Amino acid sequence: MKKLLALVLAMVMTLTVCAAVAEEETVTLKIAHIGPTTGPAALYGLATLHGAELAAKEINEAGGKYRIELIAEDDEHNPEKVINAYNKVLDDGAQMILGTTTSKPCEAASAQGYVDRVFFLTPSASSTAVIEDKDNAFQVCFTDPNQGAASAEYIASHKLGTKIAIIYNDSDVYSTGIRDSFVAKAAELSLEIVSETSFSTDDNADFTVQVADAQNAGADLVFLPMYYTPASNILNTAAAKNYKPVFFGVDGMDGILGVEGFDTSLAEGVMLLTPFVATSEDEKVVSFVTKYREAYNEDPIQFAADAYDGIYILVEAAEKAGITSEMKFDEVCDPMIAAMQEISYEGLTGAMTWDESGAVTKTPMAATIINGIYVFED
Amino acid sequence: MMIFLDNLINGLSLGSIYAIIALGYTMVYGIAKMLNFAHGDIIMVGAYIAFCGLQYWNLPPVVAMLMAMVVCTLLGITIEGLAYRPLRQATSLAVLITAIGMSYLLQNLALMIWGANPKSFPGTFINSFTLHLGRLTISSATLITILANVVIMIALTLFTSRTKIGKAMRCVSEDRGAAQLMGINVNRTISITFAIGSALAAVAGVLLCSSYPILQPTTGSMPGIKAFTAAVFGGIGSIPGAMLGGILLGVIEIFGKAYISTALGDAIVFAVLIIVLLVKPTGLLGKPVREKV
Repeated sequence: MKKLLALVLAMVMTLTVCAAVAEEETVTLKIAHIGPTTGPAALYGLATLHGAELAAKEINEAGGKYRIELIAEDDEHNPEKVINAYNKVLDDGAQMILGTTTSKPCEAASAQGYVDRVFFLTPSASSTAVIEDKDNAFQVCFTDPNQGAASAEYIASHKLGTKIAIIYNDSDVYSTGIRDSFVAKAAELSLEIVSETSFSTDDNADFTVQVADAQNAGADLVFLPMYYTPASNILNTAAAKNYKPVFFGVDGMDGILGVEGFDTSLAEGVMLLTPFVATSEDEKVVSFVTKYREAYNEDPIQFAADAYDGIYILVEAAEKAGITSEMKFDEVCDPMIAAMQEISYEGLTGAMTWDESGAVTKTPMAATIINGIYVFED
Repeated sequence: MMIFLDNLINGLSLGSIYAIIALGYTMVYGIAKMLNFAHGDIIMVGAYIAFCGLQYWNLPPVVAMLMAMVVCTLLGITIEGLAYRPLRQATSLAVLITAIGMSYLLQNLALMIWGANPKSFPGTFINSFTLHLGRLTISSATLITILANVVIMIALTLFTSRTKIGKAMRCVSEDRGAAQLMGINVNRTISITFAIGSALAAVAGVLLCSSYPILQPTTGSMPGIKAFTAAVFGGIGSIPGAMLGGILLGVIEIFGKAYISTALGDAIVFAVLIIVLLVKPTGLLGKPVREKV
């Protein structure tokens, strides 16, 4: 009787093991999205969240080896609150983080993640400090110096302006980072900078002095390394002064057309460096834009595309690294770091590879706003 | 010279907005002896109401502005009645904290109602023409802002010196207890003060957003703090003081940015404030009040 029981038990155990093996076929990745879904930068946080949700939905519906469980937390674009959000997602069992969306909070969070061994892939936080001296943080977007230098190169090669003015936010790492590399590159390419003025985040309403300085210096191109909120005030002030230079922005300018009540004619002719525009005819982009419109009733901005790519990149890296559902965040971190440097991914925002610094390599492109939509230059 | 004039006009325009906001602070302080830190957020509410009127309901600009004034007036009276009146006998610190709480409440309500995405205030209202004087360009927004400031200042001065309610306000300001003994309804007088201050806030909100069109729930905070500074600068409690303080603050800010450093604009403003307060602790036009023991 005992023998029979033992036999039955043994069989049951074997079956259980078999079942366990069968279940391991699908791997559930718990990915946390952290970004400002409320507050002054909510447009970006919502865009990355929606992009990530869309990618996760696609992957789950396709029913392949991987399932995505997305855990979303709000950081309000605040370097203190982001740590609360970070702790919350780890408590909720997140294995890796797609985020955070904006630079300042991301610096705080990825530094904490470096200590705790948490893997970060940020779709859009572009300052160098996000990845500097931290092996755990990678970017989908360009780093700021890359954007500044690329802007200067683009302006020089397309002869967009001879006298350049810069207005930047001196209390924001994103803005100062781009400005520094732009100035360095401009000197190399002997572009003449005739006016350079700044403002701070707390005081971003009155730009009469900055615009007048550029105008009086005779600048024919104004470089605006900043987010779209102050930029729209600058465009407004320039229009009131009847000053019409070429305005050249970077990825933070993306979203300016989405501001409710904004007179889009003010942005006519504004150029910006961005790896993604919704009007592209690329097959992948068209499909993404269609699905995005269906789900959220608006056109995706670059941040949404970055996050959409981000989820697919995480899955690809997870496959390479052999991540399983049971692994904790600190077990996931090092294999993911190694895998990121081996993979290459071709997404909505171009073909991307990564080196150990965590910075991405891809080709920048410039778009111009014509009749209220972005149009790619060659 | 042109650049100097240009900066001066920009400074006057910015200063006029500070001055209108500062009038609200100074009236409430002078009469109710409290700092209404929610004043900046009433400006924001006023701007949002006008925005809705212009953008969603296609109202004529003047109607949208009147609507904003009515809503803000009601809001001001409600806030005073619900949050400040029950604390009339409490310490001034309790009222101050309540005002800060009210400020956050308004910001978060605005966040719930209008969302976090910034809106761009339609410029159709007062950006109708631009004056060209040689190389100098003056927008209509600038002219109207400066003009509105002067009109409001004169009207308020006449109101407080000539009308019965105005006189009652000055009495309450001087000695609340004695005013009550003389048959003045103190609560009603304070309510009216809040109503006027809030209506002015709505005007300030519309003017502020016409010149600087980005509108978000935190739009009122920084101008509110600057205007409070202006009120202290000019001598808090004094109506001409608020006007002078506001204009000077705007001009100093613009000149500081233009001739010293754009990065130090705010630092210069507050440095000037500290120097003025060291030399004249009651502000430029403030009257020294002797404390009786």
